[in-house]
Amino acid sequence: MIIEVEGLRKSFGDVQALRGVDFSVDEGMVLGLLGPNGAGKTTAVRILTTLVPPSGGRARVCGYDVAHEAAAVRRVIGLAGQATAIAPDLTGLENLQMAGRLYHLGRSLARQRAAELLERFDLADAGGRQAKTYSGGMLRRLDLAASLISRPRVLFLDEPTTGLDPRSRVGMWGVIRELVAQGTTLLLTTQYLEEADELADQIVVIDHGVVIARGTSEDLKDRVGGDVVEFGVDDRARTAQALEVVAALGEGTPVLDGTGARVQVRAGGRGGTVLVEVVRALDAAGLPVSGMALRRPSLDDVFMTLTGHVAEEGGTAPGPGGRRGRRNSGRRQGAGVGAGASGSADKGDAR
Amino acid sequence: MSGAQAPALPGTARALSEPGAGQRLRWAFEDTMVITWRNLLTWARVPAYIVFTVVQPVMFTLLFRYVFGGAINVSTFPGGYVSYLIPGVIAQTAGFASFSTAIGLSRELNVGGIDRIRSMPTARSAVLLGRLLADVLRLLVTILVMVGVGYAVGFRFQGGVGYALAMVALALYLGLAVCCISAFIGLQVRDEESVQAFGLIWVFPLTFVSSAFVQVSSMPSWLRGFAQHQPFTEVINALRVLAIGNKVQPLVGQSLGSALWQSLAWVTGAIVVFVPLATRAYERA
Ligand SMILES: Nc1ncnc2c1ncn2[C@@H]1O[C@H](COP(=O)(O)OP(=O)(O)O)[C@@H](O)[C@H]1O
Ligand SMILES: [Mg+2]
Repeated sequence: MIIEVEGLRKSFGDVQALRGVDFSVDEGMVLGLLGPNGAGKTTAVRILTTLVPPSGGRARVCGYDVAHEAAAVRRVIGLAGQATAIAPDLTGLENLQMAGRLYHLGRSLARQRAAELLERFDLADAGGRQAKTYSGGMLRRLDLAASLISRPRVLFLDEPTTGLDPRSRVGMWGVIRELVAQGTTLLLTTQYLEEADELADQIVVIDHGVVIARGTSEDLKDRVGGDVVEFGVDDRARTAQALEVVAALGEGTPVLDGTGARVQVRAGGRGGTVLVEVVRALDAAGLPVSGMALRRPSLDDVFMTLTGHVAEEGGTAPGPGGRRGRRNSGRRQGAGVGAGASGSADKGDAR
Repeated sequence: MSGAQAPALPGTARALSEPGAGQRLRWAFEDTMVITWRNLLTWARVPAYIVFTVVQPVMFTLLFRYVFGGAINVSTFPGGYVSYLIPGVIAQTAGFASFSTAIGLSRELNVGGIDRIRSMPTARSAVLLGRLLADVLRLLVTILVMVGVGYAVGFRFQGGVGYALAMVALALYLGLAVCCISAFIGLQVRDEESVQAFGLIWVFPLTFVSSAFVQVSSMPSWLRGFAQHQPFTEVINALRVLAIGNKVQPLVGQSLGSALWQSLAWVTGAIVVFVPLATRAYERA
């Protein structure tokens, strides 16, 4: 067991960020910590990487207690936090070299590792440029490279693709998958079920500081009912009629989404078929619809199923929010892929 | 990355063994140097920082020398107003040098740089010490430039190399103390914009309501008491007497011994109080 977490709790004043979280990760495995903004993901990562002490419970990394053997933990981990830790005025190469020096690799080894990593992350050409000239995707890759400079046994990535455009996200997934193939143990946090699905062996879903589900992504998707066919009804007054028209289609009962404006039909593994059936039924009923999409289940769907409500900002009290609390507009990234069939096909290729 | 079972690199093996006290001290020193270097590189690459640390102090020197200088009567001071002025402007610059300490640290907190470093085996003290060291080194550059400009407009050290070096050293020591206070403020306030707006306001009255540019005796009586005894004035008096080579100086109003003793006490006191405070603020950040 490389990471062991038992009854982990953390409070910031009145805010209980974690209220008794348990999970463990085996050597070479990838754990996806999935949850909406404010769920407690960053707090868990910060505790495991020795940045803040837990208020209760225990956490061990490679057998070392994060609270009492922090120095030992720091020698075996790598962290790429939610905000990149790159000095913008230094070049990519300098950033990596300095990270290597601060891991005490020594001057020449630091230089050698820096060059290797630039090469590997497709940054060799940009290595001599100041990091402030990098694109978002390049910055994330550089930040990831910096966290790997000492060849950590355990890597922590806090929302590694949040804020990236879809292409850079897929690129980042490739890089992470390659790492994992080489045996690094990884804990990754994300707000996207799709991302956890792509990368994680095991998924732990947290909400308001509690684990609300765990399992493989197949387990979770089974519980949600697979792909989702979604559409909006042009005439809002006819929403109820639309629900009736598609009632017999898909799996389970179609529902309205959190905004009440879109109808969702669970399609199980038969996305394409259900999509066609839905279109036919609506056409036959003469119901004009818009934004018809077939998409994979998102975190929102998991939440809808598990908790009966949409994923919402965590924290019991509104809290000072400050530098961490901002809602991320990229969250609904799964929704509205347009004419769904193509969106779904893209993702199939990416696997 | 060749898997967890791959033979460890030399560096990795070193990082995994439990280091002794001597090794830790050596690493702490190296870490501080790396972070100092990083801060200096950043400084050298941003034109605005260079303007702030070199051009602005030179401008102050020239403004006071030529615009206000004629109106300020210190004719009995050896070397005239320019000799009176330069130690004062240098002390003010030492105060302003702390801006980058506070802003640099709060920025680092907010971009996640400190999180990364604190998750690494890097010495805990290195971020703070590296920041202070870089800022003091920059201040040294600024002071040397100002002395050069001073020489061009009539300033002279009047007491030989020893006194001149002592003056520069005292100015740096003052700078270090102000940077420690600023470090505490930057780490405590955290938000970069608030730090820029409010965190350093206290430096202005301290540097202007002092003997830096005018004689304290020319100020209204309600201000005089504060201006005469506040730490910046003590340090400026000491710098001034050092610059003219410890001549008896009624305009300064203090002997070298007393000015030196009091300014060292103030500066050391500030460092002793604020280093632990800043360290604690950093640990909690
Ligand atoms: N330093 C802090 N001070 C006060 N509250 C905090 C702090 N860090 C996190 N929180 C609160 O704890 C909760 C969990 O936050 P976080 O772990 O950042 O969530 P996530 O990373 O899942 O978005 C939120 O309500 C957040 O406001
Ligand atoms: Mg977070």
